[in-house]
Amino acid sequence: MPVSSTRLPVRKAPEAAPSSRASGSKGAGRPGLGWAVPGLLFFTLFAIVPMIMVIVLSFTSWQGLGMPSFNGTENWSRLWNDPVMRQGITLSLLLTLFSWMVQTPIALLIGVWSAGRQRARAVLSAIFFLPLLASSVALGLLWKSLLDPNFGLIADIGPWIGFSDGNLLGSERGAFAAIVFVASWQFIPLHTLLYQGGARQIPKSLYDAAYVDGAGTVRQFFSITLPQLKNTIITSSVLMVVGALTFFDTVLILTEGGPGTSTAIVPYHMYNTGFEAFEMGYASAIATVLVIVATGVSLLLVRITGFGAMRSTREGM
Amino acid sequence: MRTNLSRRRGRALAAFTAAIVTSTVLAGCGSGGPDEAGGGGEGTLDVWVYQDASTKVQEELVKRFNKQSDVKVKLTQVAGDSYQDKMRTAMGTPNAPDVFFNWGGGSIANFVEKDMLVDLTPEFEKDAELKKAFIPSVVDSGRVNDKIYGVPMRGMQPVLLFMNTDVFEKAGAEKPESWEDLLALVDTFKKEGVTPFALAGADGWPELMWVEYLLDRFGGAEVFKRIQDGDSSGWEDPAVMKTAETVEDLVDRGAFGKNFASVNYTEDGASTLFAKGKAAMHLMGSWEYSNQQANQPEFAKEALDYTTFPAVPGGKGDIKNVVGNPTNYWSINKKAEEQEAALEFVKFAAEDQYIEDLVANGDVPTTSDAESRLDKHANPEYAKFQYNLVKEAPDFTLSWDQALSAQQAEPTLTNIQKLFNGQLTAQQFVDAMKGL
Repeated sequence: MPVSSTRLPVRKAPEAAPSSRASGSKGAGRPGLGWAVPGLLFFTLFAIVPMIMVIVLSFTSWQGLGMPSFNGTENWSRLWNDPVMRQGITLSLLLTLFSWMVQTPIALLIGVWSAGRQRARAVLSAIFFLPLLASSVALGLLWKSLLDPNFGLIADIGPWIGFSDGNLLGSERGAFAAIVFVASWQFIPLHTLLYQGGARQIPKSLYDAAYVDGAGTVRQFFSITLPQLKNTIITSSVLMVVGALTFFDTVLILTEGGPGTSTAIVPYHMYNTGFEAFEMGYASAIATVLVIVATGVSLLLVRITGFGAMRSTREGM
Repeated sequence: MRTNLSRRRGRALAAFTAAIVTSTVLAGCGSGGPDEAGGGGEGTLDVWVYQDASTKVQEELVKRFNKQSDVKVKLTQVAGDSYQDKMRTAMGTPNAPDVFFNWGGGSIANFVEKDMLVDLTPEFEKDAELKKAFIPSVVDSGRVNDKIYGVPMRGMQPVLLFMNTDVFEKAGAEKPESWEDLLALVDTFKKEGVTPFALAGADGWPELMWVEYLLDRFGGAEVFKRIQDGDSSGWEDPAVMKTAETVEDLVDRGAFGKNFASVNYTEDGASTLFAKGKAAMHLMGSWEYSNQQANQPEFAKEALDYTTFPAVPGGKGDIKNVVGNPTNYWSINKKAEEQEAALEFVKFAAEDQYIEDLVANGDVPTTSDAESRLDKHANPEYAKFQYNLVKEAPDFTLSWDQALSAQQAEPTLTNIQKLFNGQLTAQQFVDAMKGL
């Protein structure tokens, strides 16, 4: 393999290690901490500081006017007893689960397919990619019109899928399903792209060897493609999970959290509390929970999948 | 309410943290010296207005005002979607407007709480001409804690019952005069295979209109007045229960069809349903007329009729009462440097030329002598109907989602939606409202 020749110098590295580390600060090896300053500053100013402010605000009562006044843990005890928040957490977790279950298999299959060299592949891939290019708000409005019970597409196909009056957005399950569907439709292209890239990296020699051993397409997929894509699957899953937990715009446009509060996932509840009801303190408490949960879930994912070990799927090749 | 709904649309999550950061930082600067406090700078008035089709009338007003005044007005037009957010963020800062457009009631309640607005009550008492200039019920519905903070500055938007006369003729139906008529019509139209009332139930506020009128007809305007003044025991009034039960009854009878919960107003779902004759009636703000004129001109010209909401059996409310958006108001920031000029400017809302411009723009002004000018309106008959309705109304109840503070308005809309969807029973609805 041509790769091995470039690896040689690296294998020699241990002997030179002590000196190369010392020279690193002169710019020969890894970049020093100084290189990270612009990024760190930016991150601190626009992520860490606001996050701390949100945590502070969560202990205040503030209608967005004048100075916030501290009210102790009032927001937090209210959070504990808020039925909409409880429902929101359940909905957010369900949305995460369903989005993952719908998006992963489809994106994986399309991605692997589009990594090949079939005819018309490039054209079809470009078409599949389109939903990702449109703005979420435009897509939300488009789907809202398509799902209008009297004049939209749903008026015609509703009876076929169990919504005889086209009352999809007005029913609890229907509205939730609509959100899962629109979100998947919009984001599958992104994950397809990840899988396409991942599948292209798999050395052809593996498939050649499998072919010689008599493995069919299905066997090749499960024994070579899938294990080789392990890290891609994890990356894509983390993106999906965090994306679903902080999902917002489509809900705002498509259902406004309705009917009632049946699709009021946590980010929407947060927005509604902060920018419609102007209860910034309470909204900050919700935001804090969201940050903790989303961070926790993605850390957990990385831990249980062993992604943190940075093990290459191509070791020993 | 139309203006209200558009500001609900299309804002990004990113704004959340950004707004908190900027507003906190700016609020911190707000305690600066008196020089910064006024906003517009020397000899200018910073006036903010909600940007829509009517804004050109305000532009002309400002031009005329500036010609005769030393203090010059600078008009800032804020795009509709974010008006309320921007206002709130700015009000705590040195960049706050001196005079600003608002919806009265709950939209300024938080500002009043923080003592940020000029109390105009003494001015209305002192200046007989100012007091006479506007329809009293319109001035009154903008009050907060019984004080006047706003001068009416745009057209009125009462909620009316619209009818599709084509559908009525086909079914041989008559204009409903009483509640019994209305219920009979529900059966008539159901038999015809037509939805009796178009209802955009995907949004909460069109459902709110039904609740507002029903409560007013059952218990009179006093019930909501008590609630608005912060007396949550107002929700225990038997009229509230009666209202909730009537909503349940209407839904059960199929008055709104089966899929109203999926129908929206913003993408013209309900209005198209109504215009195409798939629904016979539509309870909506007066803007529905111009909306239909724009989207379904044929229908608006030939088959669009309107009437008032009927009385209900055993109801205590005055049948002449109206609900909706009385108008929009100018309010003055207490920190405005040019207080006198600001006052002079807001009084310009009663100026003859301004009223004429409003009429030419299709608005129905709320000044007490506007009637004679309505002949120049594009639809004189419709304009006069609205005008007299409002002028004769003993009470004009401001839409609840504007009258209540934002902290209460949101859960109120959600609960009303749940009541219509059958997610809450009448009893559960009343309990939920009491708990707010």
